[in-house]
Amino acid sequence: MEKFETLHTQAVPLNIENIDTDQIIPARFLKATDRKGFGDNLFRDWRYNSENQPIADFVLNNPKFSGKILVAGNNFGCGSSREHAAWALTDYGFKVVVSSFFADIFKGNALNNGLLPIQVTPEELEGIFEILENHADASFVVDLQAQKLFVDGHDLEIEFDINTYKKTCLLNGYDDIDYLVSQKEKISQFEKLKHA
Amino acid sequence: MGKTLFDKVWDSHVVDRIQDGPDILYIDKHLIHEVTSPQAFSELKNRNIPVFRPQQIVATADHNVPTLNQHLPIQDALSRKQVAQLNENCAEHGIELYGLGHPYQGIVHVIGPELGITQPGMTMVCGDSHTSTHGAFGSIAFGIGTSQVAQVFASQCLLVDKPKSMRITVDGQLRPGVHPKDVVLYIIAQLGTGAGTGHFVEFAGSVFEQMSMEGRMTVCNMSIEMGARGGMIAPDETTYAYVKGKEFAPKDGALDEKITYWKTLPSDDNAVFDQEYRFDAKNIRPMVTYGTNPGMGIGIGETIPDETGLSFEKSLAYMGFQKGDTLENLPINYVFIGSCTNSRIEDFRAASAYIKGKQKAPNVHALIVPGSQQVAKQIEEEGLKDIFEAAGFQIRQAGCSACLAMNEDKIPAGEYCVSTSNRNFEGRQGPGARTILASPLTAAAAAVEGKIVDCTQV
Repeated sequence: MEKFETLHTQAVPLNIENIDTDQIIPARFLKATDRKGFGDNLFRDWRYNSENQPIADFVLNNPKFSGKILVAGNNFGCGSSREHAAWALTDYGFKVVVSSFFADIFKGNALNNGLLPIQVTPEELEGIFEILENHADASFVVDLQAQKLFVDGHDLEIEFDINTYKKTCLLNGYDDIDYLVSQKEKISQFEKLKHA
Repeated sequence: MGKTLFDKVWDSHVVDRIQDGPDILYIDKHLIHEVTSPQAFSELKNRNIPVFRPQQIVATADHNVPTLNQHLPIQDALSRKQVAQLNENCAEHGIELYGLGHPYQGIVHVIGPELGITQPGMTMVCGDSHTSTHGAFGSIAFGIGTSQVAQVFASQCLLVDKPKSMRITVDGQLRPGVHPKDVVLYIIAQLGTGAGTGHFVEFAGSVFEQMSMEGRMTVCNMSIEMGARGGMIAPDETTYAYVKGKEFAPKDGALDEKITYWKTLPSDDNAVFDQEYRFDAKNIRPMVTYGTNPGMGIGIGETIPDETGLSFEKSLAYMGFQKGDTLENLPINYVFIGSCTNSRIEDFRAASAYIKGKQKAPNVHALIVPGSQQVAKQIEEEGLKDIFEAAGFQIRQAGCSACLAMNEDKIPAGEYCVSTSNRNFEGRQGPGARTILASPLTAAAAAVEGKIVDCTQV
């Protein structure tokens, strides 16, 4: 996994609640056997019509917005456990998703792929949407080490929570497999005790 | 302070606790399927890590498989490749596979219980959110992402923070015609799709005590739809009787020993839950959903609430409904009875009991998709197949089918489908399809009447 470096980037607002993983990546695109290329079908049915033409008023088709942060409504990533949702977001180029609430499985999948889910309060989320409404090119900074999200030139600085273990993993580019494999002896002992 | 059922099972599977970090949780059984496993196998291969405990993994092909002509090569090239890759990976790593054509093949959450792989007190995972189904046995079962599938391959463990506990108690007597599906849709409608996030839910009270194992599976299956990591129901005599005699269940003395242990699992009387909710069974009516998440549910005769907000409006626009509408008498053209939520024999018995001697409405396409080869066999042996076919229903072969429309079983854009599956998300059953979640009885009645009706009022 890549190390998570401090980000200076713009943000893309998607002010819809309960965005489920079927919207992020519809099931019919889950047939690939590797992790690449899912970004093309990110939000497929909101982004393209049935003739595969871009839908002009969907935010990813709006040239005003770009950047590595997706700002989404409450309860982002609910539904299926498909990690393809996290792969689609990272493959498209997102490094951070900001929302007031994340579904559990999605949050875990994101963290396992170097995609940082930042949970903010509903008021803070509202504040971010407001900034983006008036300043599409607002410049955001995400400092994981300091656990801070702020916007240059705006009165908005958010301290966010993250599990210490996961923070260490992201900053250093470690993943859980390395750690678990290093614990095999302990795991084998546990098996012996359990089946004794 | 006493311990909950969840605490007891969790704590007995903790290999180690990382300071200020997650637990190392031991996984007893790992179920895999063709869609969420290939990248996990590649991950291991790339890092030159062997599969640690292949004998604790069971595989099947369910998500993308066709439900017609399963004896022929899969026509869709990508699906064929995914299934072939599963076959190769299982052969290479010595993993038991119930693939296409095998008499045990079926939806992963149907075959686990019916084969006795699922047992009380276990920890189980699968790269599928509806793994929560297996919690019906008093096991800790939850869905995981593909990176975690690779972690379990590599170590038979996961790094996970212990979720909080929640208890949902439903007491009283269910009205006739109210099914387990209605109970869980009612609960989700009351609490919302995010209410369970960060929690493991124990379903308690007389309604669940009196419920069959298959009904309990339907309820636990949908606990993920309220955001919960999983659902659980305390094992009891109903559980032991179900497990007994199943192919891979413990036998004779070994079973007695297990039952003695399983009897220690229910939550202690003085156990404290982080969150508690109570409902009265008499308030639960046959349910339908009117929106694009499973929390948007109402009783069949009730009206769509007057809520505001962009997301709510977007949802109603997608479904073609207005606030204040009722779904009663809504004409529909599609009915799907299947999915890991409702594709077990009791579901088809309930549907066929209503259908017997009747005909489906001429405009309705009615699809019956058994959850497994064994359920399909049982449908035939019990004579249900004849009833369905005489009524004009199509019976297919086992798979996930129109629940998520990964195969050819899709609902056309704009059409309403009364579906016994678990998700009414936009496009879930095909681009533009409009899903109305309901019980197998309500779905059967909709197929016959050509519109949504409340069977308890007919």
